[in-house]
Amino acid sequence: MPQTPPDDTDFIHSEEFLRGLMKRQLRLSVTCATAFLLLLFGLPVMNYLAPDFMARRVGGFTLAWLILGVLFFPYVWIIAKWFIVRSIALEHAEVGTAADGNKRQS
Amino acid sequence: MDFSKIDLWILSFSAITVVVTIWMGFRSAKTSKSASDFFVAGRSVSVGWNASAISGEYLSAASFMGIAGMVMLSGYDALWYPVCYACGYLFLLLFIAGPLRRFGAYTIPDFAEGRYDSPVFRKIAVCFVLFIGFFYTMPQMKGAGTTLAYIFPGLPYWVGVAVVGAVITLNVALGGMKGITLVQAVQYWIKMFAISVPIFVLLSVYGGYGKNLSLNKSVNDVSSPPAITRTVDIEKTERLALPAKAPKDEAWIAPFGPLTTKAAKAAGLSVEESRPYSLLYTFSLIVALVCGTAGLPHILVRFYTNPDGIAAKKTTMWVMILIGIFYVFPPVFGLLGRNFLPELYEASGSKGPDKVVLELPMLIRQKYGVLGSILSGITCAGAFAAFMSTFSGLLVSMTGALAHDVYGRMLRPGASPQQRMRMFKWCAVLVGGVSVLLGALVEPLEINFMVGQAFAIAAASYFPLLFMSVWWRGMTMAGAATGMLTGGLCALVSAAIVNASTLALDKGPMGKLFAGFNGLNEFWVAHPLLRILAEQPAIWSVPLSIGLMIVVSKATPKTIPSDVRMKMLVLHAPEALGLKQEYIQEHQGAAH
Repeated sequence: MPQTPPDDTDFIHSEEFLRGLMKRQLRLSVTCATAFLLLLFGLPVMNYLAPDFMARRVGGFTLAWLILGVLFFPYVWIIAKWFIVRSIALEHAEVGTAADGNKRQS
Repeated sequence: MDFSKIDLWILSFSAITVVVTIWMGFRSAKTSKSASDFFVAGRSVSVGWNASAISGEYLSAASFMGIAGMVMLSGYDALWYPVCYACGYLFLLLFIAGPLRRFGAYTIPDFAEGRYDSPVFRKIAVCFVLFIGFFYTMPQMKGAGTTLAYIFPGLPYWVGVAVVGAVITLNVALGGMKGITLVQAVQYWIKMFAISVPIFVLLSVYGGYGKNLSLNKSVNDVSSPPAITRTVDIEKTERLALPAKAPKDEAWIAPFGPLTTKAAKAAGLSVEESRPYSLLYTFSLIVALVCGTAGLPHILVRFYTNPDGIAAKKTTMWVMILIGIFYVFPPVFGLLGRNFLPELYEASGSKGPDKVVLELPMLIRQKYGVLGSILSGITCAGAFAAFMSTFSGLLVSMTGALAHDVYGRMLRPGASPQQRMRMFKWCAVLVGGVSVLLGALVEPLEINFMVGQAFAIAAASYFPLLFMSVWWRGMTMAGAATGMLTGGLCALVSAAIVNASTLALDKGPMGKLFAGFNGLNEFWVAHPLLRILAEQPAIWSVPLSIGLMIVVSKATPKTIPSDVRMKMLVLHAPEALGLKQEYIQEHQGAAH
């Protein structure tokens, strides 16, 4: 298959742009994932280390049940909402960066 | 079979759901003939409808019936299932959905081929559509058999499986039931209505969620639990006595209960000794469900039915809200079933806790008469919506994989369109037949547990493939294939072994059929750790898969696709930059 050599003169196609792009996206995703994984893996650890505390009653629920059966969902919605707002903003910024970069080079 | 025992309310609600679903499928199938029609059609609908459609496709018999059954049987630990089913979606959103949408690959095999320019790899990737698909259809079939056995008392389980399997297979083979947005969206609202309305009625009769939980004593509760008496007077809302088979309150309501300690208990370990095993089990379950959601073959495709990336993201937000709200309800059924329908503990198979969602509303018959039947009819309708939508969706994608990829590309690449159409029908019959056979075998297994296994296989095969291909440009086709095949097959074999050994324990006909696997159960007793790792394989098979991908890719650096930078740009650069069009043009240029 004949290849089209990447057009390195163009900023959008440069290594620099791609690296920055992936890095920023990954940083945002990893930040959100960390907030999610903290609760996801933290809850079993809390259940393991502090069973008495997690068995305390809150309105009939045990604390462990209340967190996992009810509160977990809104927590994840907040993370998702934040991610969506930030990633849309990030895309706008990327389009701007790409346009600026091209102007600088031409 | 005794026809006089059939409740006409339940029968008619179920029949209406079946007829409406089939009719809508055919009507929509007439107006949209090809796959591209399906995608374009989706673009004309709003974010709300689209989000409903995604949610409708996602909520299967496991969500509707299985979770309640498992919560009733195992208590707190089973709550991980609904939470991870809903929250796994976040993982998909964070790491995979955006890039895949930009890349324009409609299915995972499409992505595998496009990312590595390799039709061979596509063929490998297609196998897992079938593997995961069959594991996912088994619990749907159990849902079908259970529901029909409930509607027609005395009907053998396998007859229900065969009837539902045949009806849906015929429907798919004749061209109805394609993944039409409208049908799926309506299915979501049927399911949501069917799970929530009965719950609100039941909670108003029997007291709130928290109150019912407080009837189950935890280790910390100083006061003794309320008196337990079997009572007909529902005004008192006293719970019924638990049979000996039911787990004790303390174990049921607390983390690390019957589900996660089973293996360690069988090995005779003490409560303290078994706790680390339970923690390991829980972690492995979480990994399977969260990563598995991101690797399910039938979920990704719907991300393309949005006009642009921003709409896709908004849709995802709504999907998470819609399925999140749904998943609050099934555990409530499980809890009420424990308190007020404990006789289910003594039954097994299709008569056991998996039918709690269907039967529970009947309890209020004593006081409210026909309302109980109506509510039970509504939950049955929801169950039909659940297993019909998921089974037909799976059947379409599995048949497509067989007919287009295996037959159309591997066996007879030169087949005419008519031959392909005929083959599609035969493949549908074949896949439907195998699903019915498998479904008839699994009556003793829990619905929700089996869906969890399908997730574990997806987590060890497709998830690493997607995740690594999107974020690491050093991946090669050899690395991706080795990792995906090894990890996925290991998870598949573990799941199959565990199921075979569980079936060997059955008292019914399945026990005799699988008696050869009884030796395994002795092995599990001696090796509880291995049992847990086989029952929940994700914690070792996902790292194994990713590790192999890295090692093999590092060993074959020469085969990294030459235009990998362009591919990565397409995956990550904002759609507004138009790199996708450029990429397509380059590829077309290269092909000529």
